[in-house]
Amino acid sequence: MSADVAIAVKDPSGPDQLQEQYFIASQWQLVWRKFRRHHLAVLGMSVLAVLYLVAVFAEFFAPYDKLLRNTDLRFAPPQRIRVFHEGRLTAPFVYGYTTERNLETFREEFTVDQSQRFRIGLFVRGGEYRLWGLFKSDLHFFGTRDEGGYVYLFGTERLGRDVLSRIVIASRISLSVGLVGVFIAFILGCLLGGLSGYLGGWVDNVIQRVVEILISVPTIPLWLALSAALPATWSIVAVYFGITVILSLIGWTGLARVVRGKLLELREADFVLAARIAGKQELPIIRQHLLPSFASYLVVDISLRIPGMILGETALSFLGFGIRPPAVSLGSLLIDSQNVATLTTHPWMLLPALLVIVIVLCFNFVGDGLRDSADPYHQ
Amino acid sequence: MLVTLLGISILAFIVIQAPPGDYLDIYIQQLRERGIETDREELAGLEARYGLNQPVLVQYFKWMGNLITLDLGKSLATQQEVIDILGERVPLTAMITLLTTVFTFAVAIPIGIFAATHQYSLTDYSVSTLGFIGLATPNFLLALILMFLASRWLGVSIGGLYSPEMVTAPFSLAKLWDLIKHLPVPIIVVGTAGTAALIRIMRATMLDELRKQYVITARSKGVEEQRLLFKYPVRIAVNPLVSTIGWLLPEIISGETVTAIVLSLPTVGPLLLTALLQQDMYLAGSIIVVLSLLTVVGTLLSDLLLAVVDPRIRMERKAAAA
Repeated sequence: MSADVAIAVKDPSGPDQLQEQYFIASQWQLVWRKFRRHHLAVLGMSVLAVLYLVAVFAEFFAPYDKLLRNTDLRFAPPQRIRVFHEGRLTAPFVYGYTTERNLETFREEFTVDQSQRFRIGLFVRGGEYRLWGLFKSDLHFFGTRDEGGYVYLFGTERLGRDVLSRIVIASRISLSVGLVGVFIAFILGCLLGGLSGYLGGWVDNVIQRVVEILISVPTIPLWLALSAALPATWSIVAVYFGITVILSLIGWTGLARVVRGKLLELREADFVLAARIAGKQELPIIRQHLLPSFASYLVVDISLRIPGMILGETALSFLGFGIRPPAVSLGSLLIDSQNVATLTTHPWMLLPALLVIVIVLCFNFVGDGLRDSADPYHQ
Repeated sequence: MLVTLLGISILAFIVIQAPPGDYLDIYIQQLRERGIETDREELAGLEARYGLNQPVLVQYFKWMGNLITLDLGKSLATQQEVIDILGERVPLTAMITLLTTVFTFAVAIPIGIFAATHQYSLTDYSVSTLGFIGLATPNFLLALILMFLASRWLGVSIGGLYSPEMVTAPFSLAKLWDLIKHLPVPIIVVGTAGTAALIRIMRATMLDELRKQYVITARSKGVEEQRLLFKYPVRIAVNPLVSTIGWLLPEIISGETVTAIVLSLPTVGPLLLTALLQQDMYLAGSIIVVLSLLTVVGTLLSDLLLAVVDPRIRMERKAAAA
């Protein structure tokens, strides 16, 4: 380790203070310092922080209930926020729509009606909800206070429900599936990978064969088949956990390989041998010396695995085998857009897809940043 | 290899057994819905064929035995033999998988080399950016977006593998040409994520190689740049790429399944979906087996390919044998 540190300090003539700080900083401080220099990773992390905040308080941030229908406005296009009314600068507002049925195509046609003006306000009172099913409230982050007004910034869908509200609510499931799934996969991976790497012998053999089999099966077909077997009578919560478990049952393999590889590599390291000679028990060695030395690699691996889980859930729900209505996830919001005709006339139905891409992109950025900074002694 | 195949068969059997109720229950129920009373003798025959009244372990071995003799059971919905249904669609799946793999490599290797030799250039940055987006876009979303753009701006539908008038036509050169015209979209859709990943790997290994001393030595001796590049660094950088086939193939096949559903390609993907929706479990289980088999065989081929590409592996084998 000391040789690495010596290389790391490239400029010996630099200010002593900085060098001093470098030498007394803990490993995690160094990781954090290096991570901060990775601009894309910091950007990704900030965007994710905002998205998770919105997802946690989804009912508050969504202007409407996810099931509230406006039967007069089906497939209404997104409204534009405007600040100019009759040439004068005013507070932000949206125009309402008048609808007319086109007798040739039998489609509802929307025209912006400048006589209907709905002002947008922050922290308005709207539909009642229970935050996390516990706290009753009717406060929403934004909305309109005008009588009979409506704000559909992302338009409405087939049944006249607000797309933005549905996306906000759906992001809660989509974003949490990744975390919960990775958590389960993490426990499985550490346990089985640890056993495999530390015990060796036939245990290692069996576990490695299982990993090989699971890796060689194409994931989505297997996920589909397993989630098709979830009984139709299950509640939403049960289905949610069922799907998370299915995703992680197949996702633990990569982690197990990382843990096993690192254990094998470090088991023979000098500092472990030293600890063993000093008379330390095996378990404390694993806990105090082995785990901390590859914890950063685990963090990297986890952060790169979350997007895969999120995409898996999206694919399952998109094909109708995932989250079931009335619950929504970003994938199930896209079911309607499988139809090209719907998609062409109502392109805003694709907005959930864009959010999925943004989420995965951000996770990839963060993962890359973490990977570059996981080993702070390596330049 | 054999262990893997055995494991896959166990997994597929679990899939078949997973839904509540067995084959016969579902069969009887479906016939009743159509108003047909079931024939006792037929039921007894089916029971014997699948060993349904016996313990699970016996059922598994019975199913395994049937599998080896290519008796995959009957589809509930269509009453066709599963093997016949698969025979029509598996070749197309295998073809798209193979072509996608070739596409992935054909695109990733040159772009990876270029990005590495022109590090920090505009091309390098744009390739990296596109790569990031390509990695983040799941292929079924890419299919949706392409479908939307094609029908919005070009006014054409890009689904399917044949034009409507060609679907039922007998095989001919015209039909083949029609197929070739329809192939690029699915291949691009399925291959994008893998290509993005391979470009990153290729670029990284190339950069590592280019920094090595033998390259500097060769350059200082005045070896021509093209020759220098292709003689050693490229050859070495391709090796890790070939070994990625092991995880690339399951990804491609899994992506192909979903993409085929979105683009309604006549491959195994949509078949799996309907089989699962109708609880046609023998069909679904067989599809899982076939898809996994494709990956296992593909991975095996890639190992052989690696031995061809990388002489070091050949030497090791020889040394081990001697």
